[in-house]
Amino acid sequence: MTLHVDIPEETLSGILAKAFRNTAFVTGFIITVLILVIAVISYLWTPYDVTRLVIADKTQGPSLAHWFGTDHFGRDILSMIMVGARNSIAVALVAVGIGMGVGVPLGAFAAARGGLVDEALMRVNDLVFAFPALLSAIMITAIFGPGAANAIIAIGIFNIPVFARVARAGALAIWPREFILAARASGKSSTQISIEHVLPNIATLLLVQGTIQFALGILAEAGLSYLGLGAQPPMPSWGRMLFDAQTRMVVAPWMAIFPGMAIVITVLGLNLLGDGIADILDPKSRRQR
Amino acid sequence: MTAYLLKRLAISLATLVLASIVVFAVLEILPGDPARLMLGMNASADQVELLRNQMGLNAPLLLRYLNWAGGLVSLDFGRSYTYSVPVMDLVRERLAVSLPLALIALALSTIIAIPVGLFSASRRGRAGDTISMGAAQLGVAVPNFWFALMLIYVFAVWLRLVPAGGFPGWSAGIWPALKSLLLPAVALALPQAAILARVTRSALIEVLNEDYIRTARAKGLPYRTVLWRHALRNAMIPVLTILGLQFAFLLAGTIIIENVFYLPGLGRLVFQAITQRDVIVVESVVMLLVAAVIAVNLVVDLSYAVVDPRLRSRQ
Amino acid sequence: MSLLEIENLSLAIGDTPILKGIELSVAPAEVMGLVGESGSGKSMTALTLMRLLPHAARATGRVTFDGIDILAATEDQMCALRGDDIGMVFQEPMTALNPVKTIGEQVAEGIRWHTRVTRAAAEERARKMLDRVGLPPAKFPLSRYPHELSGGQRQRVVIAIACALKPKLLIADEPTTALDVVLQAQILDLLRDLVAENRMGLLLISHDLAVVTEMADRITILRHGEVMEAGDTARTLSEQLHPYTRQLAQASMHVPARARSHDASQRQPLLEVEGVTRDYPGRPTSLFKPAAPIRAVNDVSLSMQPGQSVALVGRSGCGKSTMARMILALDKPSSGTVRFRGETITGKTEAELKPARRDMQVVFQDPYGSFDPRQKVEKLVAEPLHVLEKKPTHAERREMVAHALHEVGLDQRDMDKYPHEFSGGQRQRLSIARAIITRPKLVVADEPVSALDVSIRAQILDLFAELNQKLGIAYLFITHDLTVARAISDEVLVMHDGKIVERGKTNEVLDHPQSEAAKALVAAAPDLHRAIARKMQEQG
Repeated sequence: MTLHVDIPEETLSGILAKAFRNTAFVTGFIITVLILVIAVISYLWTPYDVTRLVIADKTQGPSLAHWFGTDHFGRDILSMIMVGARNSIAVALVAVGIGMGVGVPLGAFAAARGGLVDEALMRVNDLVFAFPALLSAIMITAIFGPGAANAIIAIGIFNIPVFARVARAGALAIWPREFILAARASGKSSTQISIEHVLPNIATLLLVQGTIQFALGILAEAGLSYLGLGAQPPMPSWGRMLFDAQTRMVVAPWMAIFPGMAIVITVLGLNLLGDGIADILDPKSRRQR
Repeated sequence: MTAYLLKRLAISLATLVLASIVVFAVLEILPGDPARLMLGMNASADQVELLRNQMGLNAPLLLRYLNWAGGLVSLDFGRSYTYSVPVMDLVRERLAVSLPLALIALALSTIIAIPVGLFSASRRGRAGDTISMGAAQLGVAVPNFWFALMLIYVFAVWLRLVPAGGFPGWSAGIWPALKSLLLPAVALALPQAAILARVTRSALIEVLNEDYIRTARAKGLPYRTVLWRHALRNAMIPVLTILGLQFAFLLAGTIIIENVFYLPGLGRLVFQAITQRDVIVVESVVMLLVAAVIAVNLVVDLSYAVVDPRLRSRQ
Repeated sequence: MSLLEIENLSLAIGDTPILKGIELSVAPAEVMGLVGESGSGKSMTALTLMRLLPHAARATGRVTFDGIDILAATEDQMCALRGDDIGMVFQEPMTALNPVKTIGEQVAEGIRWHTRVTRAAAEERARKMLDRVGLPPAKFPLSRYPHELSGGQRQRVVIAIACALKPKLLIADEPTTALDVVLQAQILDLLRDLVAENRMGLLLISHDLAVVTEMADRITILRHGEVMEAGDTARTLSEQLHPYTRQLAQASMHVPARARSHDASQRQPLLEVEGVTRDYPGRPTSLFKPAAPIRAVNDVSLSMQPGQSVALVGRSGCGKSTMARMILALDKPSSGTVRFRGETITGKTEAELKPARRDMQVVFQDPYGSFDPRQKVEKLVAEPLHVLEKKPTHAERREMVAHALHEVGLDQRDMDKYPHEFSGGQRQRLSIARAIITRPKLVVADEPVSALDVSIRAQILDLFAELNQKLGIAYLFITHDLTVARAISDEVLVMHDGKIVERGKTNEVLDHPQSEAAKALVAAAPDLHRAIARKMQEQG
């Protein structure tokens, strides 16, 4: 697969000015920041304690006291969503970190060395891609036991080949440029060139992929905890809340609606942010305006 | 052309062999003794040992791998520990649910996505484009199992149009069976359709900026004709790539969706087998799914060659 | 009666004015040359005639083609005109054809669309047309795909598409800019013949004054979206009444003032290349036979004296750029040796090469691609300092960069800017600053001016000449452009199919070429002096 990498040529202030005119970016940015803030607030304060069960208040619909209603143990859904945000974000973010930290150097290395190293790495990539990600995540959590940490590993491992592939494709598009030849003519080693010239030029690409994988990580975490393989009770998680809601759909639909909306809004925000960044920094979109 | 085909084929086979080694190794380190699980907690150590010998669990590692892999090749998957029936029978039975489900979902997603992508690209920046891409953006963000729950609530609980879950079996007639697969297929397909529509649109827009589109316009062809005759085929390459990836996604998606709808499919089988440590079933089903993914990717690679003559002549 | 009449045409894209009050006309069987430097609005003029402008563009004024008001025509009317009465040829043949359709489909498509004939009839016409543009069906069946053709052949296909229905007007937008001089001459001949055969009007757009002079009956000179001067080609260019016309003409023929060559044959040569060959793995023709390698450079030997300026000229694909890379130790020869300052550099490790790298720098063709857009000028120009044994301090580094910038005519304050803040010519100055910062003995320049407008090109050539005199740097110019070779080199080497087929003093080789390859190059090279003289003669 070849990839065309356009290198934006703009100053920071110019980029910022454009960012604020980009609806997708602004919306995505606001949503993302909002979710992050909610997650942080949940450490300090939630409307109700999510570990205390108040059976008297069980499965109540949305009201002034409980905006999003309560679950079958009488816990406040809004509070659970706030605490659940923490879990979702932590899992997805660390998984992106694992993917980038391992995948990007591997991809950049493969592109710089080429030949057998490249071929071998790409074959390993093919191998990982051959396993449906969720299936493997289930197997991994089955081996190491369910839990947030293992969910991170399971999701993180599948981020590695994604970032390796993007970094490699990006780097391969940068390597034939004349400024790389000029750097080689200045006697720089391929590692130096990768760090000084290649990585900064594919940073945008990686940033956009990062937001995509972040969003996918949130979805994957929700899926795993829905299956009971993510964060364990009493720690609230969005996926687990949906599992609990499923059998009570008829009597308490709000138990399913609000956690699902939380997932949708978070993922939407991240995707918009990624789209916005790509849009702002991609000179092609500028040309067409 | 032949060289390209052979190379892709060789890579696929190598990937398959490597994958089998990985699956086998992973399940070797899976905690829990299948013999112990089958016999229950009250069985004596001697009984367990006897069963282990019968099941060939005490043979050397390499031998066990070769036995297993040989079995896979001859479609003899062994017997399930928990169901005590040949795995092949289980798989055949479950595949009758999962395969139609995945195919219906794939077809739905393609049928929705490609026209939407085309529509959006041809109306770039106008209201129609903004609305359909906004919808797609939302579609990408919706987790399919939540979407499934909402569908159940609306169509099964509220409108009572379709069953909320379960599968009557094909013996109950084609229509009832299809009806129970309809919601799961829609739940699987819509988020994928959203992704595919976005990819189709951006691939088309990229192609529409190419020089040869201007050449075609300079011939006097109207915009719409150029879109169909020149842009679409060139834009198919990224679309095919995503379609290939989506197949793997759909297969994995069935695991969750089958759980939501209580469908007796492969996904549910493998999920239960994992929790029950039914290693033979897990190994076989995982290998089957992996083989399916590899085969689909091979088909995608070959279809590149059909779409793009440059690949055909490359060696 | 003119075929095409443009009156007071103005065009704006968004708020940016592109064209201002353009006046232009083309008569049947007439060749009108539209000349201008980049950004002058020539291509936009062409796209306005075709009504293929970007969405945000607004055109005012009057464009009449064959009695039809183009700016007021409906899209359906335009579709009927495009490809039938007006054909268009574009600059970039490599991307102008749809890669997934055969050349037959692409030529026949327009014929079928406009004439509604059967597929077989359209294909028959396409076959004839391809034959006419020099692609005989025996060698180039309709089933060929674009990627199976070379750049020159693809441009013939584009011309076949444009001329298939014998249009009344052909618009050719820089049709030969992406081709080498020999192909350029062939394509221009073809266009000239087609005009004569079909009494077709031709609007030839080019930045190259010599090309337009050879082809055009009349000429329009454009600058910043305005017509500077228009009129009969020979008269306009011989009289050069308008200052901008004079400036363009002089820049096209510019030869930098240089003291004549160093005669230093006794000294030790700076660069010696002995029997260098470079093979690339070829395409296997069958599965079981190993592929025959492609020989890009075949047993080349050459030597250069210190301070000497040598041009390596040849057509595209002759192996000259591969040769340059091997001299710079960016590519390894399959056999043979390269010696620099008496030391063999072939087969050395990167660390062992450092001292040689210090004395050997490079300037590339593309002033846009040769700088990392993420770094500031200071870092970019200082990059070669990496090879110095003693790393300069920050202050020393800034001092050296400032000095280098000063030497190439840039301001030392420029060092805190990013490359995109500079124009093409300024970037090429930056390239040169980067190349001279280590005070090298040899600079290899790969097509250093071919991406620049003529007036900028003249300035950059002057700069090269000046630095050669002042710093005693030897140059190896890699170029396909004989004007550049003539302007700046003492000696010329002519390369053809990986071999050096002729070498000697620049004037001798270019005035009296001996080898076939050199003769072809010289004959095909556009030359403004010669072109004007010929025009004057034709008109008596």
